[in-house]
Amino acid sequence: MEDIIFNILDYPILTVTTFLPLAGALIILLLRRAVLIRWFALATTITTLIVSLPVYKHFDKATYKMQFVEIYPWIPAWNIHYKVGVDGISVLFIFLVTILSILCVTVSWKVIQTKTKEFFISLLILETAMIGVFVSLNVFHFYLFWELTLIPMFLLIGAWGGSNRIYAAVKFVLFMLAGSVLMLVGIIVLYYAGGKTFDILELSRISYPEELQFWLFLAFFAAFAVKMPMFPIHTWLPDAHTEAPTAGSVILAGVLLKMGAYGFLRFSFPMFPHAVKVLFIPMLVLSVTAIIYGGYVTLMQTDMKRLIAYSSVSHMGFVTLGLFTLNQTGIEGGILQMINHGVITGALFLCIGMIYERTHTRMIEDYGGLSKTVPLFIVFFTVFTLAAIGLPGMNAFVGEFLIISGAFKANMIIAAFSIFGVVLGVTYMVWLYYRVALNEINSNTKSSLFDLDSREIATLVPLVMLVFLIGVQPEIVLSYMHASVEHLVEQIHTAVPLDPNRIYNSVNLFVEYVKELLWWG
Amino acid sequence: MESIVSIKPLLAVLVSAIGALFIIFVGKKPNIRESWSLIAGVIKLGIVLSMIPDVVYNKKVISYSLFTLLPGLEISFRVDAFGLLFAMGASLLWIATSVYSIGYMRSTKEGSQTRYFACFAVALSSTIGVAFSANLFTMFLFYEGLTIVTYPLVAHKGTAEAKNGARKYAIYLLGAAKAFLVAAIILTYNLTGTLEFSKAGIFPIDVQSAHPELLYVIFVLFLFGFAKCAIMPFHGWLPAAMVAPTPVSALLHAVAVVKTGVFAVLRVIFFVFGADLMMDIGVDVFVITFASFTIITASLLALSRDNLKARLAFSTISQLSYIILGAALLTPSAMIGGIIHITNHAFSKITLFFCAGSIYVSSHKTEVSQLNGIGKKMPWTMAAFTIATLSMIGIPPVSGFITKWYLVIGSMERHSFAVLAVLLASSFLNAAYFAPIVYKAFFKKENSDDLSHNNDVHKQEVIKENPFLVVPLTLTAIVSVVLGLYPDFIVQIAKMVI
Repeated sequence: MEDIIFNILDYPILTVTTFLPLAGALIILLLRRAVLIRWFALATTITTLIVSLPVYKHFDKATYKMQFVEIYPWIPAWNIHYKVGVDGISVLFIFLVTILSILCVTVSWKVIQTKTKEFFISLLILETAMIGVFVSLNVFHFYLFWELTLIPMFLLIGAWGGSNRIYAAVKFVLFMLAGSVLMLVGIIVLYYAGGKTFDILELSRISYPEELQFWLFLAFFAAFAVKMPMFPIHTWLPDAHTEAPTAGSVILAGVLLKMGAYGFLRFSFPMFPHAVKVLFIPMLVLSVTAIIYGGYVTLMQTDMKRLIAYSSVSHMGFVTLGLFTLNQTGIEGGILQMINHGVITGALFLCIGMIYERTHTRMIEDYGGLSKTVPLFIVFFTVFTLAAIGLPGMNAFVGEFLIISGAFKANMIIAAFSIFGVVLGVTYMVWLYYRVALNEINSNTKSSLFDLDSREIATLVPLVMLVFLIGVQPEIVLSYMHASVEHLVEQIHTAVPLDPNRIYNSVNLFVEYVKELLWWG
Repeated sequence: MESIVSIKPLLAVLVSAIGALFIIFVGKKPNIRESWSLIAGVIKLGIVLSMIPDVVYNKKVISYSLFTLLPGLEISFRVDAFGLLFAMGASLLWIATSVYSIGYMRSTKEGSQTRYFACFAVALSSTIGVAFSANLFTMFLFYEGLTIVTYPLVAHKGTAEAKNGARKYAIYLLGAAKAFLVAAIILTYNLTGTLEFSKAGIFPIDVQSAHPELLYVIFVLFLFGFAKCAIMPFHGWLPAAMVAPTPVSALLHAVAVVKTGVFAVLRVIFFVFGADLMMDIGVDVFVITFASFTIITASLLALSRDNLKARLAFSTISQLSYIILGAALLTPSAMIGGIIHITNHAFSKITLFFCAGSIYVSSHKTEVSQLNGIGKKMPWTMAAFTIATLSMIGIPPVSGFITKWYLVIGSMERHSFAVLAVLLASSFLNAAYFAPIVYKAFFKKENSDDLSHNNDVHKQEVIKENPFLVVPLTLTAIVSVVLGLYPDFIVQIAKMVI
């Protein structure tokens, strides 16, 4: 129990932050008028952010320990406690969730005209589930929150999405379930191997048999890799992103994808270090494949939203690249890049959503010369485009810098390949910008375009501020994670890598077992 | 070297960016708008010149730190003799170009002049930012900023040709910077933990002996990453960018943009690697080979171009490689030659571009073959052109001669016959593509069939020189001569650098 610092504030801050949106959703259930519902949803999300602010103020940056921890007994028969807390890795995601949720409410202000009540209820439940994932210190309710994100997301895509929404929503859920079912198996095995406990911290302290680590890593990998999404199981992402309403895309890109990477940091690295040390090279190769393949596929997209969606595949490749360098620089870069990606891609989806609201087309060919027709919009779009290509002085540059730095330390060849991805990133973003903002003015959409109103500007301004703030002072973000990442790296590197022969034997045994099963079955 | 902390470098960078805000603010009133350009230019020059006593005479370094992103990765400024030399040239020529732009943009009735002047001002901020950068990261920041802010200037005309040229410009420069420069900077940071410029180079001895081939690769990445220096094979953007209005070509593509490239390369040679390390890892031979190849090939290509601006563009590519060649020879005289050529070439080449613009404004002629007899109609322009040409060829008393003098001595110091041959051959080629222009302008009669092509209105139209254009170009030509007669000041500064 030495790894935790109990909540020092006079109210259970993490629990309140987690369940406040849910409470808001319950009250909205009672409201009738759409205007009232919108304002109430906005008030709820803003209050959630404000309530969570003391976390960042009172957070002790010098320690890797879990902070603001709350423990309540829940199901004693199974040794299940309700246990929440944050460390340097998860604390920043709370901020990302709370701020993006506010923007999701404001951007949906006008565009959601049908089933307004249900929409905002889904959004608020989703917020609770996402915060829950990042604060859970017990696998049991971690898994509950993890799966709870699926339901509102399924509804957001399926009910308020584009023309092909049912297909996208079902595909999304099937992919997710396939991954998380394997994780559930892994969790149950963990429960028994770890001495019948669901406590994440206790589970992290145990040294598991090496073959078991290998299999557990793969089981958890299935869930995390689908969520990330890593190549080659990324195909649900473009459909889900494209069909989802703007708020859904923002949440999806901004937070849901990060849950996979967070899973690696919370489970795979501390619990299965032996397996990680032997499997990190294949993981790096997968990451670079995602970066380059994702970049190429992005290049040929004709649909703006799909383009940004595919660019996420490439960007998340950078994140996994950073994580699996297994050194401090790379992992910090990876975490920072998750925040950056949440900000930038979230912002780009917001931008596209705003323009889509006016013209009802996402095709790049329907646009052109927006710098003349909607100059204010283009100012924001330019900032986010430049941020996305990693211009120095803006946030993504720092993330890229750290990740590639880490990659050069881990493996020269992998790092050299990742540079190609950076160049591809510049190409597809600049080309998109050229076709949308410069080019000839397209007469089809010109008449329906008008510039941003103050609500939309207010939605984008916080993200612009974050882009530049992190760009020149990344230490604001990095200082939270130094101690935790250092501890994590230590945990990985004290482990001795698995003997490949033992894995080989273990795989053989498994194959024999399956053969036997099939034979008898 | 003693260091003083002062906010002056930051002010020098910011003044034109703030000027740009004013320019946008008063966009509707052209006269007030242009006076902001000039006011910002004068203030900027004043700030830059005010640093001369401390830096040049007292041999101090002025520094100012802004942000620290990560340990060893910070945005900070540092004014030394080298940066000051570059900044002086750029800020002086900005004033000349502002005056020239007023004449040019108004006579040719270009659109979006507010955007033009605003982008121009911000471009100058970036250029000065590069000159005063204290480390690779700050330099990279301003270097990238310069690419982006000059894009609208290159695409200014908005025609399909302009857009293609601008696209090529952006792809080459952003692409090379992303592909090579980011990798080079990250590798440097990983090996040294710092990006701060230092006179002896920043790579510690143990790194030098452990990874000589890696250092070789890093340098090559730097060289090609700074694609603004237009060394072959990454020179294609420069002729493409000549679609820009002539004042843009003049200031940016003869001075600010391309000089930012060579300045950055020289910074890397002198202040990141250091002369000794360059020699040890043998990368100097690589640079000399590529620079020599560029000098000769670009000159040959210039010969084959009839369009005046295209010819000037290839001449620029060739002349830029003189600077890199001088630095890479690594002998004292050659390095001086390379450094002073940044200034010498700036004044001479901007004169040539100004002249090309002046000819275009007055007579709408763009091709060399149309220039027969133009010297009599535009005496000031063509006289300045001739002086600048002499500088390009390297004939005394114009400044280009001083450069060649130092470079030739440098090649002898290095006992390199090949480099000497390249220098002599290129002088000959320079003469071969510039002399005919002067000859045609002054000694040939106007083509009769050229006249028949022009319609009657044009025939009767008297070709007159515009004073807004002629005054700046005469002044820059005079400065070229002055720099040739009194080279002491800049040679003195160059000696402080090496």
